[in-house]
Amino acid sequence: MKTDNPVKLSCRNVWKVYGENPDQFFQNGSGQVDDLEKVGQQIADSGHIGAACNVSFDVHEGEIFIIMGLSGSGKSTMVRCISRLVEPTAGEVLMDGEDLLKISDKELIEFRRHKMGMVFQNFGLLPHLTVLENIAFPLKIQGISEEKRLARAREVIDLVDLTGREDSFPRQLSGGQQQRVGIARSLAVEPEIWFLDEPFSALDPLIRRQMQDEFMRLQKMLHKTIVFITHDFLEALRLADRIAIMKDGKVVQIGTPAELVLSPADDYVMEFTQDVPRVRVITAGEIVINGGSTDGLPRVNASSNLEQIMPMFANHPEGMAVERDGEIIGLVTPQAVVNALASESNSNGA
Amino acid sequence: MGPKLHDRDFRGLAPWVLVLLITALSLFLRADYVWLVNLPSNWLIPVADWINLGMDWFVATFKWLFRAFNWVLNWPLVWTQSFLQWLPWPATVAAFCTVAYVASGWRLSLFTALSLGYMVVTGHWAPSMNTLAVVFISIPLAIAIGFVLAISAYRSKRVNSIVQPILDLMQTVPTFAYLIPILLLFGFGPVVGVVASAIYACPPMVRNMILGLQKVPSDVIESGLISGATSHQLFWWVQVPSALKNIMIGINQTTMAALSMVIIAAIIGSSADIGWEVLSTMRKAQFGQSLLAGIVIALIAMVLDRISWGFSDRTRAIERNHLPGLQRYRPWFVALGLMVIFTLLAMAVPFLRIYPEAWVVFPADPINQGLTYITANYAHVTDAFKNTTYFYFLLPLRIGLGKAISPFSWGFVLTSSMIWGYALVGAALSAWLFVKHGWKISIAAIILLIFLYFGITAMPWIGFILITSLLAWQIGGWKTASLSVLGWSFMLFSGVWPQAMLSVYMCLAAVIVCLLFGGALGIWASQNRVVSNFLRPINDTLQTMPLFVILIPFLMFFQIGEFTAFLAIIAYAIVPTIRYTEHGLRHVPEEIVEAAQSMGCTNRQILWEVKMPLAVPEIMLGLNQTVMFALAMLVISALVGTKGLGQSVYIALGKADPGLGLVAGFGMALIAIIADRIIQGWSLKRKEKLGISG
Ligand SMILES: Nc1ncnc2c1ncn2[C@@H]1O[C@H](COP(=O)(O)OP(=O)(O)OP(=O)(O)O)[C@@H](O)[C@H]1O
Ligand SMILES: [Mg+2]
Repeated sequence: MKTDNPVKLSCRNVWKVYGENPDQFFQNGSGQVDDLEKVGQQIADSGHIGAACNVSFDVHEGEIFIIMGLSGSGKSTMVRCISRLVEPTAGEVLMDGEDLLKISDKELIEFRRHKMGMVFQNFGLLPHLTVLENIAFPLKIQGISEEKRLARAREVIDLVDLTGREDSFPRQLSGGQQQRVGIARSLAVEPEIWFLDEPFSALDPLIRRQMQDEFMRLQKMLHKTIVFITHDFLEALRLADRIAIMKDGKVVQIGTPAELVLSPADDYVMEFTQDVPRVRVITAGEIVINGGSTDGLPRVNASSNLEQIMPMFANHPEGMAVERDGEIIGLVTPQAVVNALASESNSNGA
Repeated sequence: MGPKLHDRDFRGLAPWVLVLLITALSLFLRADYVWLVNLPSNWLIPVADWINLGMDWFVATFKWLFRAFNWVLNWPLVWTQSFLQWLPWPATVAAFCTVAYVASGWRLSLFTALSLGYMVVTGHWAPSMNTLAVVFISIPLAIAIGFVLAISAYRSKRVNSIVQPILDLMQTVPTFAYLIPILLLFGFGPVVGVVASAIYACPPMVRNMILGLQKVPSDVIESGLISGATSHQLFWWVQVPSALKNIMIGINQTTMAALSMVIIAAIIGSSADIGWEVLSTMRKAQFGQSLLAGIVIALIAMVLDRISWGFSDRTRAIERNHLPGLQRYRPWFVALGLMVIFTLLAMAVPFLRIYPEAWVVFPADPINQGLTYITANYAHVTDAFKNTTYFYFLLPLRIGLGKAISPFSWGFVLTSSMIWGYALVGAALSAWLFVKHGWKISIAAIILLIFLYFGITAMPWIGFILITSLLAWQIGGWKTASLSVLGWSFMLFSGVWPQAMLSVYMCLAAVIVCLLFGGALGIWASQNRVVSNFLRPINDTLQTMPLFVILIPFLMFFQIGEFTAFLAIIAYAIVPTIRYTEHGLRHVPEEIVEAAQSMGCTNRQILWEVKMPLAVPEIMLGLNQTVMFALAMLVISALVGTKGLGQSVYIALGKADPGLGLVAGFGMALIAIIADRIIQGWSLKRKEKLGISG
């Protein structure tokens, strides 16, 4: 599991309050408050907007961490707090243990130059630069020579399959192609952590699907630590290791896709997960029966979902062995599948 | 249409009744109490004198500073002028054609060659080069000032809140008005033209650049930030290039404004430039000559406009950047080569150096003769046109039907039974409107009838101020209303009220015609592509033309006088009405039109019942522009004899009287600002009601 990897990025009680005098609600910068309800009420009553309220989560190395929520729930605010495109009102953002909110402007610039990459919903390409120049732009900012940076840009262009369009201008490209440029640009500096703020929301469903595959292909190669924002739960399901669901600036629940589907924390989370086909979410690892004999049974991977394993029961009604990282961890049986789906439809039908 | 709900709402009626009563009373009493129309001179506040005192002190104290500045600026100007005069004309033509080619291609290059060729052949080369020299010095100056102002205003809200109103004022105060203080501070000489045009030309640069910077999408800025850009890098590599389109539009407008001001500055007769050529011949009634010189100005304007516009269309420039190596500079090498060759050749071949006098084609005399022939033989046509418009439209507006109708003008005497008839019909009409369309229309009709009978210039000031300010209050609240009250009071007490009313009258007359004809043309163009394509280049050309030039053709046929000015104002100010009307009608949301079609509306119904109501706010914006354009032209037309504030400014310029000039100029600006707030406010309100966003 990715969650076994060391923590790369950690948000501790992060707040972003908009309004006249947002500092009044916090005694110290740590963002820890005694009575969360009370402070929330005070913020609302005094005409302030709590765009992010007491948000805490960890992102592990190589993990795809997805932030989800309805429009206005504070997703963009959170990712901008981490990259300090907006200054959080209170809290801590630790990257490899170092508090990003305490570093100087100079350090921040260095940090952004070498460790962060970001992809934007509306691409944010520079209209006056060609594809190649756009991709090389972060390197230009670092003062890298033209020859070197263009060579590096050509490498990443191959990565996103845009070879041949180097000299086009952004306006001559389709939305999907523009976002490929955005992705390539964010990868040009080989960032350690990669932010994507609704990168595919502006694209057609078909292209979106394509881009998601592309994204997964890239991630298989690059193993970046990723914070990805979306409001599309299906997208989150396909990509996420873990998902954080936000509502009105607060994190409502954090968990793997299956955890969210199987045990939603409240109605808000349930709304999101309602239309999701369970068979795609629930994996063998989650309904595994420990113990019992698995000798001679075919093996399935713990991360396979029910949709993938169910056809196999036709030949092996007795069940299959579940393995994780090459080790057998237990048995999955048709009965277990039926149970999982049944408990599902019960809770759903209520 | 039946009575609308909100018109049954009588709130707001009471103040109108009160205002109308006061107006009626003061009209009644004005024969006995002259101060109701004209304030006695001992009631006036000597604002102009105070300004003069302040100005005297300022000039005495800081003159050295400005004179030093003058001295410094004089050098580059003299160098540019003598360089352009020294350079053999074929070399200059080659240089211009190259710039035109780079900016937009062969066609513009050819047009530039022909335009410059015209200057050479008609013997206007030397004055044209003098004008261009001034323009070339003032444009970079204006751009630099604009750039700095825009950056500071963009970065600081405080600076922005100071800069914006100044920009408003600078664009509404007539150009002549600030020629005077500049003249006093900088002394005579060509530098005055440079300074005046740099000041006059920088607002569009500032505005467009601020707009461009504000329009840069936040995604783009954030992508720069996340790449680790320092604020310096962010500004020059991200924000400025992303705003380039707007900045280039600003440069285009600044160029045109600079040229137009350089031409106007000729009025102080500072240098032997083309503006002076037009003006001096115009004064001598040598219309052929001034037409030929005017064409030069028109050509310069078009060439500069197309070139700077070409540069703002970045596509080509970008493609060229990607030509390999030196190839992208090829046109420049060719130009440089040609310039050197021509310069060398000119040493051996004299006609290349200076175009010989004997070869000049200057058809001024035939033009003048043709003109004399036309005016002699078709005088009855032009006179009939002039007199009809004058007696049946202009005169009643100015002094009212009550005075305008006489046996000499209308062919009969206005008897008292006719007056009663007018009053009765008017009363019946307003009553009918009241019942049928609500009180607002009815009140508007009453006011119109009163103005029409008594005339604008004879209105008691109290009525005029109350009516406009009440309107301002209902549209824009107390802010607009107090602007109106204070503005008119300023004109009243500083002693320029009669002139102000003359200006209002002239402007109103022109605007009415613009609205009727421009509106009709705009509607036609919105329905018919051919008309639209035919009108567009004409409109474009009229808008880029320095105001001066527009006077010439009308002057030729109608001589000096109010009527010529009237036509010239219409010619210039009608453009926005046409444009905005067409634009408004064409850009009604598609689905609304389709919905109407699916209900079975005829085209005519769609136009009048669907498109028109939705386009009205846009048309009002056009009207607003028309008013601004009319006022701007009104000042220039003082040259051919209008009365009013424009004339006062012009007189003040002649006497180098900054007090009078600024008071009259400020008055003009106030009229413009008050009209602007009322019309824009109305348009905004209307848009909100219709749910159309800005
Ligand atoms: N500069 C600001 N000033 C005041 N309020 C703001 C500002 N920026 C964001 N907000 C508020 O903060 C809240 C969260 O905004 P945010 O952009 O983070 O939402 P989001 O989840 O990214 O939504 P979307 O899916 O629409 O992008 C919103 O209610 C928004 O109105
Ligand atoms: Mg967002």
